[in-house]
Amino acid sequence: MVFTAPVLNYTQLAPMLIVLAGALIGVLIEAFAPRASRHTSQLFIAVASLVAAFAALVRVRNQSSVDAAMGSVGFDGAGVLLQGTILIIALLSVFLIADQENFTALAAAVPGSSEERESLQLDLRVTEVYPLTLFAVAGMLLFPVSTDLITLFVALEMLSLPLYLMAGLSRRRRLMSQESALKYFLLGAFSSAFFLFGVAYLYGYSNSVTFAGIQASITGGSGNDVFLLLGIAFISVGLLFKVGAVPFHAWSPDVYQGAPTAITGFMAAATKVAAFGAILRIFYVAFANAEWQWKPALVLIAIVTMVFGSVVAITQRDVKRMLAYSSIAHAGFLLAGVIALSKSGLDASIFYLFAYGIATVGAFGVVTLVRDSAGEVTDLNRWSGLGKRSPLVASVFAFFLLAFAGIPLTSGFIGKFSIFSAAYETGSTAILIAGVLSSAIAAFFYIRVIVLMFFKDPVEDGTSVVIPSALTTTTIAVTSLITLILGIFPAPLINFIESSAFFIR
Amino acid sequence: MNALTSMMLLPLLGSLLVAVIPSDQVLRIKQAALGTTLLVAISGVMAWFKFDSANTSFQFVQIAQWIPSFGINYAVGVAGLAIVLILMSVLLAPVVVLAGWNESEGGRWSAKVFYILILVLETMMIGVFAATDVFLFYVFFEAMLIPVYFLIGGYGSGERAAAAVKFLLYSLFGGLLMLASIIGLYVISGTHGGHTFDIGQLSEMHKYMSSTTQNLLFLGFFIAFAIKAPVWPLHTWLPDAAAAATPGTSVLLLGVLDKVGTFGMIRFCLTLFPDASKTFTPVILVFAVISILYGAFLAIGARDIKRLIAYTSISHFGFITMGIFAMTTQGHSGATLYMFNHGFSTAALFLVAGWMISRRGSSTIADFGGLQRVTPVMAWSFFIAGMSSLALPGLSSFVSEFLVLVGTYTRYPVAAVIATFGIVLAALYILIPVQKALHGPTTPGNENLPDLNLREKIAIAPVIAIIVALGFYPAPLLNVINPASAHVLEVQGFTDPVPSESAGK
Repeated sequence: MVFTAPVLNYTQLAPMLIVLAGALIGVLIEAFAPRASRHTSQLFIAVASLVAAFAALVRVRNQSSVDAAMGSVGFDGAGVLLQGTILIIALLSVFLIADQENFTALAAAVPGSSEERESLQLDLRVTEVYPLTLFAVAGMLLFPVSTDLITLFVALEMLSLPLYLMAGLSRRRRLMSQESALKYFLLGAFSSAFFLFGVAYLYGYSNSVTFAGIQASITGGSGNDVFLLLGIAFISVGLLFKVGAVPFHAWSPDVYQGAPTAITGFMAAATKVAAFGAILRIFYVAFANAEWQWKPALVLIAIVTMVFGSVVAITQRDVKRMLAYSSIAHAGFLLAGVIALSKSGLDASIFYLFAYGIATVGAFGVVTLVRDSAGEVTDLNRWSGLGKRSPLVASVFAFFLLAFAGIPLTSGFIGKFSIFSAAYETGSTAILIAGVLSSAIAAFFYIRVIVLMFFKDPVEDGTSVVIPSALTTTTIAVTSLITLILGIFPAPLINFIESSAFFIR
Repeated sequence: MNALTSMMLLPLLGSLLVAVIPSDQVLRIKQAALGTTLLVAISGVMAWFKFDSANTSFQFVQIAQWIPSFGINYAVGVAGLAIVLILMSVLLAPVVVLAGWNESEGGRWSAKVFYILILVLETMMIGVFAATDVFLFYVFFEAMLIPVYFLIGGYGSGERAAAAVKFLLYSLFGGLLMLASIIGLYVISGTHGGHTFDIGQLSEMHKYMSSTTQNLLFLGFFIAFAIKAPVWPLHTWLPDAAAAATPGTSVLLLGVLDKVGTFGMIRFCLTLFPDASKTFTPVILVFAVISILYGAFLAIGARDIKRLIAYTSISHFGFITMGIFAMTTQGHSGATLYMFNHGFSTAALFLVAGWMISRRGSSTIADFGGLQRVTPVMAWSFFIAGMSSLALPGLSSFVSEFLVLVGTYTRYPVAAVIATFGIVLAALYILIPVQKALHGPTTPGNENLPDLNLREKIAIAPVIAIIVALGFYPAPLLNVINPASAHVLEVQGFTDPVPSESAGK
């Protein structure tokens, strides 16, 4: 038995490796640096490694190979775009995370214990959130470029495990936060099991775990179709869980509500990009020729997801839960791009992911600003009259809501138009009609929030808008600016995506 | 620079100017807004004189790439119908600003925001009529809802927030249906000569559609326009919105925005889907006739003066819709002229009613009485506007109503005959409030109402002048409208029925 050293293309893997290195340095800082200096140095490391990773990505943007890491990682235009999107979102989210007001002082302390009180008095900070974020980002970067099922699974776990922890870090309502973390973990573990089960079936079907091998088996048509169907179904469960598609969405409202808002924003935006990136790749590359086996089911899931998310969001009284259901509805819209299974569908999905991710980070950034003496106020009733208290913040939030609703002159409209037209182009009339109708329903609850903020009088209960820190301001300003620019001049980005988005096979 | 583009840029620049004036210099802000709208009106009149009525193709054309990947252009240009409506819009804008000099007081926000919204709205009003790219049209069509929404909800009276939401949701719902149809058209164009939104090229697409497709796409557009216009039974948002909005906003809402609906019926429904238009004509005529009578009956029963005017408008929009779908040149010319005249007679009614209401502090008709003696100028203005609204010969609406009825009769005599009852009812719904409010003994509380001041007289004078002048001499408008109407019908293969000798017997 001869051991062959793996051949790795380090330049193409550099973005992931840099982020991982940053995460490891972060762990060392946690272990050895004095407590007082940790926050600054961790923030610096996080920002620096994300920026360096982005720079490394820009350097290799025109490369493509199936062999970045022994056939387990495919490097191509779509991968670069998705990784770039994840890095940008991660950077903007780290700016929000840097505002430590929302994080518990000592994650390990039992809620309500004397240990917790002590840590609060000492004004401790959870600096371990930065390495956790970087680990999650590294997993997210790997997720959409994995080209075999084992790597895909490793990436899935790598991005999930830190997120489970991060969901439990909220400073206020700690029990709820920890409950949401546990819920996320249990359901996530469950869906991972489904995923692995699917991997086993697909291996049984094709005798291979690589996307190329599965695709070859499907084209050859020699395997047992039952295994293929079961494999696709179980893998889809695992992936659809991550994007919060109905009926695998049950975790998302609770987790969105329980997690610290900055983490919710990061999770909602970046996880969605990574998971949809992986879904796009696996369906476009591995399962493309088995279209008729999965398309009807996915169409049904997409329609149910859009309609369910939009309808249930109407009844929500909490802004974070409402955004959670809205993100479920958006997952349905994004599935339309997967179903399209065409070049225009891929382009539209990537544009949509970028636009939606940016707006989501911005919207959650605004949510972190509305507080009272006990922390963030997420009860929508107490948001009434926000437009009077702080016209600028309320206007920015209203703008994000209009973007989610897909009103023209926002990025959401261009995204919605391109993704629906791509779906309709390949014959999915039902998707188009369901999408348009659920957009109309969704408009209702977005507008209700705008009504609350602008047309209702403020309640005098101590709710106020805090002056945002410089970093939070940066995030909100950048995200709203991008949302506006993509609404008015989307052509440069669309052209860029169009010319570079492709999946290497 | 292109006449249309510069007309759209002017109000936008004006709104920037208003934005930089400090909020406490209210008079400056008002002067800036008035100056801008006057400038736009002047350039509108100049464009009107430069317009060559013999030329039936688009004039003042400008085309620039916007989103080339989707074949979307910034494309503007006007034919006979659009130039008439743009002229109406830009003439009404300064009147509205001047007449509603104090409307912004008592709003939720400052006067500054009010005038920014008005000016931004003016840009979009011009854009929506000038766009020759369907995508661009849609962007204006949807985006203009937002300023109107805030104008109603922020500066109106009574149940303003609820009315604003109802308006917005109705319109968004229609707009989304239209979006589905636009996507349908876009996809069809992609398989027949490349993706485009150019109205000229899209008007060829009906040749490639099955009749089912054409009917469905037609309905998407038509329902959106029928909500906007509004045609019974999609009208219920209008009375609420008109009653809640400030008089000036109501003028823009009924006078200009609702015209987008009837304009769209001609420009898009008839041009893009000629066969479907023919198929649905009988149904639409039934709805139009019901609108005429139903609106009139509601108006007769109205107690609130603003609602009364809104109901009369529903009746008038019934006439316009009937004229459009009669598919005769006379009917079309009448409908187009009606759109213009309705803009001014409704403006006069609403503005004078607004002054009456603000003086009396009540909008109930029964609270007025004997105004003829107390405030003769105001009473006469209301009287003339009312007479124009009931289409008294010698005032502008008469010509258009007559043309619509004659044009309809040649093809659909039954519809025309039933609609004629609308004229009788119009006499009732105008004469009853005229009698109650203007004549008879002075109701207690009205003895000391002041008459119109100089500003108000200056505002109303041009409107009344136009109503009277066009009643005697409609030729300047008809010279532009007639060739355009003939052209629209001719291109899509509609011919006027030849009067047979037996028709007269």
